[in-house]
Order: sequence, then structure tokens, then C-alpha cells
Amino acid sequence: MNRRSPYPYWFVLPAAVIYSVLFLVPTAASFWFSLTRWDLATTTFIGLENFRQFFSEPFLLQGLGNTLIYAFLTCILKTTIGLLLAVYLTSNVFGQGLQRNLMFFPVLVSTIGVGLTFAALMHPTRGMFNVALANIGIAGPGWLVNPHLALYSVAIIDVWKGIGLATLIYIAGLATISPDYYEAAHIDGGTRQQMFWRITVPLVRPATITVLTLSLIGGLRSFDLIWSTTRGGPGFSSDVLASVVYKQYQAGFYGLSTAGNVILFLLIALIVIPLVSYFNRREVQQ
Amino acid sequence: MKKRAYIEGVIGLAVCFFIFVLPFIFIALMAVKSKQEAALMQFSLPAKILLWDNLVQVVKTQDYMLITAYINSILITVGSVALLVLFGAMIGYVLQRRPSRVSNIIYGLALAGLMIPPAVVPTIWVLQSLGLFKTLSGMVLIQVAYGLAFSVLLYRAFIASIPRELDEAAIIDGAKPWQIFFKVVLPLLKPVTLTNIVVQSVGIFNDFTNPLYYLPGKNNVTVQLTLYNFQSQFTSQFNLLFMNILLITIPPLVVFVFFNRQIVAGMTAGGVKG
Amino acid sequence: MTNTFSRRLFIAAATTATMAIALASPSLADTTLTISSDGNAETVKALDALTKAYTAAHADVKFELENRPGGAEGDNLVKTRLATGEMTDLFQYNSGSLFQALNPTQNLADLSDIQADVTDSYKAVVTSTDGKIRGVPFGAAMGGGIYYNKKIYADLGLSVPKTWADFMANNAKIKASGKVAVAQTYKDTWSSQLFVLSDYFNVQTTNPTFAADYTANKAKYATTPAAVKGFDHLEAVFKGGYLNADFGAASFDDGVRMVANGEVAHYPMLTFALGNVKQNFPDKLNDVGFFAQPGDDAAKNGLTVWMPSGIYVAAKSTNVEAAKGFAKFVASPEGCKIMEDANGATGPYLINNCALPADVPPAVVDMLPYFKAGLTAPALEFLSPIKGPNLEQLTVEVGSGIRPAADAAALYDKDVEKQAKQLGLPNW
Repeated sequence: MNRRSPYPYWFVLPAAVIYSVLFLVPTAASFWFSLTRWDLATTTFIGLENFRQFFSEPFLLQGLGNTLIYAFLTCILKTTIGLLLAVYLTSNVFGQGLQRNLMFFPVLVSTIGVGLTFAALMHPTRGMFNVALANIGIAGPGWLVNPHLALYSVAIIDVWKGIGLATLIYIAGLATISPDYYEAAHIDGGTRQQMFWRITVPLVRPATITVLTLSLIGGLRSFDLIWSTTRGGPGFSSDVLASVVYKQYQAGFYGLSTAGNVILFLLIALIVIPLVSYFNRREVQQ
Repeated sequence: MKKRAYIEGVIGLAVCFFIFVLPFIFIALMAVKSKQEAALMQFSLPAKILLWDNLVQVVKTQDYMLITAYINSILITVGSVALLVLFGAMIGYVLQRRPSRVSNIIYGLALAGLMIPPAVVPTIWVLQSLGLFKTLSGMVLIQVAYGLAFSVLLYRAFIASIPRELDEAAIIDGAKPWQIFFKVVLPLLKPVTLTNIVVQSVGIFNDFTNPLYYLPGKNNVTVQLTLYNFQSQFTSQFNLLFMNILLITIPPLVVFVFFNRQIVAGMTAGGVKG
Repeated sequence: MTNTFSRRLFIAAATTATMAIALASPSLADTTLTISSDGNAETVKALDALTKAYTAAHADVKFELENRPGGAEGDNLVKTRLATGEMTDLFQYNSGSLFQALNPTQNLADLSDIQADVTDSYKAVVTSTDGKIRGVPFGAAMGGGIYYNKKIYADLGLSVPKTWADFMANNAKIKASGKVAVAQTYKDTWSSQLFVLSDYFNVQTTNPTFAADYTANKAKYATTPAAVKGFDHLEAVFKGGYLNADFGAASFDDGVRMVANGEVAHYPMLTFALGNVKQNFPDKLNDVGFFAQPGDDAAKNGLTVWMPSGIYVAAKSTNVEAAKGFAKFVASPEGCKIMEDANGATGPYLINNCALPADVPPAVVDMLPYFKAGLTAPALEFLSPIKGPNLEQLTVEVGSGIRPAADAAALYDKDVEKQAKQLGLPNW
């Protein structure tokens, strides 16, 4: 074996510089600021007071719950529907190319654009959804104005917007599976279902892990879409951690907001790191 | 084509149409209506199609802000994506091929980039001290820093499917590390690279919050900012607002349509052998 | 093929833009002042008129107007840019407690020497804690009360209510006749606060020291009956079923439209909304009237007043003197006249010697007597630096029936606690 690895670490260097300076350093600084009362001009060290206050906020626990619901719901939907759609779109059906393109359109529109569009479509009296439902005699719900529904409506919009991306990643993953496996299985008399569970699902693991991780983290951090559709409303019913953090920032409670950011990070770390190491271990075993 | 595939395809097309196309038809209809009609938000044909009128009005708003915004957004996107593809592939490659403690630490730090929400004000201070605040190049570097995690994750996962034998063959032939990477591995990553390009360019082009904070100033507007600003400008002019949405969706659409053909071509040309 | 076409289009656009930018560059001897505003149509119109007039008189001063997004993003942006020294030379922003939250002593230039024509009541809301005046008034003072549709009132034989009980009686009659009594517009969450905030005149009548006690942590909303009334009123209107069906998704523009067109009888709102009526429903201007939110005592009926936003100069600007020149112009009777002409008179201006024109809309005519008789009280946010950031969400909850009024008041008190601690107020 060569003394010098053919995979040198200096490959990492230029990106590492950019990343450290523009991301790691400010983030480390913000950990410090989360322990202070900060009005951008003066800093007063107050220890864990911000965190205590954050957890005693009544709206906060609801936001935490909402974050978890939203993240897991969108993640599960995107990983399952994404895979099924990808399998469907690589099985040579009629109009396949067109369907692939159409399905990716929502990914292309800006989140603000999507927010505006769906706010209009989901308007309780004039929106297209409820008008269509009224035409067949059903009284449409207040999608974004009913406090019990708002979060789930936004989750659906999120899946609508992101499914194209999940499917695209799965399609790329499916492309790496050699057709020989399927031919062999076909010769052996395997059904479509068997081929799906025994060949496709195991071999598309890298894609599954990618989609799972990305949609989970994205869901936990989600802000733009929720903000542009409901702003965390009505009231606080669709608030998630990210929007609570933003509202604290908007109110000028910078130290408190930064503390919220830290909590958000810890939450994500607690969920994602074990998940990722679990997948890594299994990958090595393979 | 088998009958089953045909039927499935037709049903799929219909479902696709209802779910994915209708909202866009709605946007298009709203974009060409008059102000009063648009305010009603009905899914109906306009009495008179005002495509050109509305388009001109939106483009003209605030001294052709939209054109400046287009240019800025495109420059930022192209610059960032080029760097993200290059760096992401390089790092993902090393991490996957060389499992070690150092690699795990680097991977962990990269993953942190996905998880930790960026701290705005300290980042602005850093940019200022480097003289990069309010500059397009500063914005590019920010997008690279924030987008690196995704790129690295993507490449690392897929390089696993490229067999090491190819590397070893190249080493035996006397290739240096950068040659192995650029001449042997990178070309085989075409589908992933194209996916990365599409996803990152759409994401960066549609990014709103980052340019809002790190690139303020009238000459620095990006397309999402114009949409957001026009919301208060056009509070009762939904037709112009939706025309704006339509206009700023065109570049990502173009990118996608163009690269999509390449992705398909890459995959059907045999791609990577198992 | 697609490639070449888009490339050509791109080059054409780039060339046009470059030429436009080149042609627009000012000459070296001129000063260009940048101004940031909230981008509302009325604001932009007024600023446009003011800057044009100023450049006409001072040819070497040019202006660049910038819009920022509204709501939370705008507030955020202003604070961040001020903190990092990257603000425009001048900017328009709220006065009162929101002004205090900008850290004015550090971030805003001292404008005490250009206040010759400004009324004292306004000076109070743009003074920083060190006693220096740091803003000038932009626009007219606003009243917080209830717009009503005169046609509906005439048709049903109703008279302007002097007590809350009368108001609710009117609502019942309106509902019985098949019309919608009160409009609420929770898409724009800030509009949900009106019933609570406009009640302050009535709070002050019963508890004259509430503002001071409240700031010193001695009085609370939940435990002061007069203060909780605002929340109770909001709850009562919802419970009575007087609201429009789409209250959760209606916007401010919808609210204005509904009351102007007679789809709804009442819309609690600030008087600046008249500008919107004038622009969008000019022929309905005479159908809209206004009255202050009534309390329990018919004899003690008064208007809660909001001070207009202000024009401020960033302390770190490189053109402070030139900027001050413009600020002085805005705060002069001449500047006042220009703003009046641009948006029409929607209320009294806070500049001495700036009279209102003779032909003002009926809603303004309804509002002026309160000022003349001195029956006004500033809204709480101008008497106390603390205003909890979550009030508008809480009021949406009460107005939508999600949370009882008493709960909301208690939660708001907790919310305010954060703000007080952040500002470092004593006794918290």
C-alpha cells in the first residue's frame, strides 16, 4: 500500500476554509450569545436564563410538538410516496417522461410563490378547493384557518412541493441497480411485489437514507413554507420551533432567539445523529 | 407497449394533471387577469387576457427592478453551483474512500451544516470584516458554505456504488490522486452531478432569507426579494403578484427541462455497471 | 437551440440593464440619500412627492427609495441593518415602543435641533431615554376605533353607539336583518388587536395611572378589570356570531372593501385605512363613518390615538447633515402640505401651522371633534415602552374562539414580562 493515500485530505481544504469561516465560526459565536441577554449592542451574561424562559413559554411546548409531528409526517410521506413514484416512473409506462417533468414543477417554484398560491387555493370561501367541494355538496374545511387543521394542511403542501425532489433522488438511486438482478428474478419467476421488496428496497438504500435524512432535517427546521402560508397561525396552532425562534428574533430578544436556535439544533442532533450512525453501521456491515 | 403499462400511464397522467398541473394553471390564469377579477380568486377564464399588459407592469415596477434581480440571481446561482459540485464531489469522494476517524469528524461537521440553523448577525460581522458583505461574491461563498452539507451527503452516498477496482486500476497505471478523481471517478458520477446541479440551482435561485440578510441594497436585489416586496406593493393586485411568480419560475424551469434530458440520457447510456 | 436563444436573450437583458445603470449614475458632486420605507402604497406616494419637491429646491441632492418587506421580516431587517451599521441614510418606521426597541441612543442621529414645527405630543414618542429627540413625524395621526357603513345605519335606523351595550345592541339588529355585523380580518394578524388596543381611552378613564403602573410591574391586564374588558369585547363579538364567515382568511383590504361596499356594518380599524378607501373605492368615501370605541359610560366617550410613523436618520450614515436637511423639510408646514396633497387628509398632522383642507371625507369629520374637545388618549404603546410581541396572535385566538379572554390576558402579561426584562426595566 502506498504511504501516501490516493485519497488525500487536502481535497477537503478549500471548501473547509469557506465552511469554517462562514459557518462554524459564527455558529460557535452564537452558542456564546445564547447565554446572554443581547440587544446587538450590549451583552449581559445571564447563564441558562434564556433556556429556562424558553421552556416556560406556554406556546413553546406546542411548537415543539408541532415540529415533531410536522417533521415525521412529511418525512414518512416523502420516503414512501417518493419510492413508489420512482419505481412507477422507471417502469416504462406511457407518458413517463412527461410525468417526471410535471411532478418536479412544484420544486421549481419559490416557497413564497407556493405559499401565496395555496393560500389562495385554500381560502375557506373563495378558494378553488372549497368551491370544488361545494359543487359536489361537501362543505370544505378551513384548511389554513382551522387551528386543528392548519399544521396538517401545510404539511400536505410541503409534501406536494418536495415529492419531486425525493422522487428524483430515488430515480438516480434506482439507476444504479443493475437490470441483471431483475432479469434473474424474472427468470426465477418472481412477482413484481417480490422484486420490489427483495431487490429494489435493499439496493436503493443510499437513496432512501438520503431522502430520509434530508426530509427529516428539513422538516424539523422547516420555516419558509409555514411562514408564508400561516405565519404560525391561526394564533399559535401551526407554530414550529423555527417560527418561534424567528418571532423571538423579530421582537428583538436576540439572546433568547439564539437560545432557541441552540435548542433546535440539539433536538435535531438528538434525533438525526443516532439515526445516521445506525445506517452507517449497517452500510459497513454490508 | 404492454397494455398494463399503457393503462397505468394514462391514469398516472390524469392524476399528475390534477395534482401537479392545476395549481400552475391557476397561477397562469391569475397572472393574466385584470386586478378586479384576480381579487375574486376564482378558477375561471379571464374576460380579457392581459398577458402583455401585466408583464410590462411587473417588469417596469420600481425602475425595472426585476431585470437587475434576474441578473443577480443568475450570477449567484451559477457561481455557487459550480463550486458546490466541485467541492461536494471532492469531499464526498475522500470521505467515502478513506474511512477513518478524521473522515468521520469531517462528515460530522458537514452534517452539522444541515442541522444547525445559521446565526445571522455573527455571520454578517464576519462578512464585514472580510469586506464581503453586500457583495455578490460574498453571497456566493455563503451559499457554498450552507449548501456544502447537502452536496457532500449526496456524493458520499453515491460514490459507494463506484467500485474501488477502477481506482486501483488507475493507481497501477501510475495516476496521481487528482487524476484518479477527475478522469476516472467524476465522469461516472454524471447522474448524481446533474441531480445536484438541478437541486442546488433551484434551491439557490429560490432562496429568499439569505439574500435578504446578506445582500441588502437596491442594486443587489434577487428575484425572491422582488416577489416579497411586491406583496406589500401589490396588496390588492393579485394579478401582478401571480405574474411575478410566473416570471421568476421560468429560469428554474429552463434549467430543469434542459438538464433533465441529460439525466435521462446518462442513465439510459448504461451508467454504472453493477 | 434552446440554449442559443436563452443566451441571446440573456445578453440582450444584460446589455439593457448595464446601459440603464450607466445612464442613471449621478455625477460626483451630488449627494444621493437612501431612504428605506415599509413599501405601502400610501407611504411610497408620500415619500415620492416629498423627495421630488426637495430635489426641486436642492438640485444637488438626489434620492434612492428602497422598500423593505412588511411585518416581521421588515422589523428584523431594520434591527439587523442598524446593528451592523448597514442602514440607509434615512428610514421610515413606527414611533413609540417600537422606536424604543431600536436602541435609538446608539443607532439614531440626534434630531433635537430641527423640531421647531413639531407638536409636543409627537416629540414625546420619538425621544430616546437620554432625552434627545431622534425622529420627525411622517403622515397623519391615526385614531383607533370603529368604521361603520352609513347606508346600513340609515336603512336600519341605527344611531352611533355611545356605550358598548349600545354597540352590541346595534350588532344584534344588524344580524337580525340578515347582514354581517362586524368584519374581522385575521389574515393580517395585526388587525385583530384593535378591539383591545382601541379600548385604552376607556381603560385610562377608570385607571388613570395604568400606564405607569403597568410599566413598573404593578398592574397587569389579567387583574385589572378595565383592561381585561378589551379582550372580553373581542370574545363577545365572536360569541355573538357577528363576524364575517371568512374572518380567518380575510385581509385588511377585504375588511376595507366590505365596510365601504356595505357588505358589513362595522370594521374596527385605524383611520389610516381611509387612504385605502380613497384609492380603491373613491365613490364610496361618503358612505363610511367612524366612531371611537365606546366604553361603559356614555358621558366619557373618547378616542385612542396612534402617533404616525417617523422618519429617522441612521447614526452611522455618511450623510447625516444632508439627511437632517431632508428630515427638517419633512417636519415643516410645507412638507406637511405635500403629504396631505399626496394621500389626502386622513387625520390631523403633528406639525404646527399645518391646517387640514376644507373638504375632508365624512370619516375624518367624525374623528376631528374628539381632537378638538381634547377627548383623546394615546394608545398604550406610546405611554409605555413595553408591548408584548405575541399580542396579535393572542387576539386572533380570542377572536376565533380558540382561547378564552381571561386566559389570553394572563398569557399576554407573561409575554410582556419578556419584553420588560429585555429592555432592562426596573422592578421586573
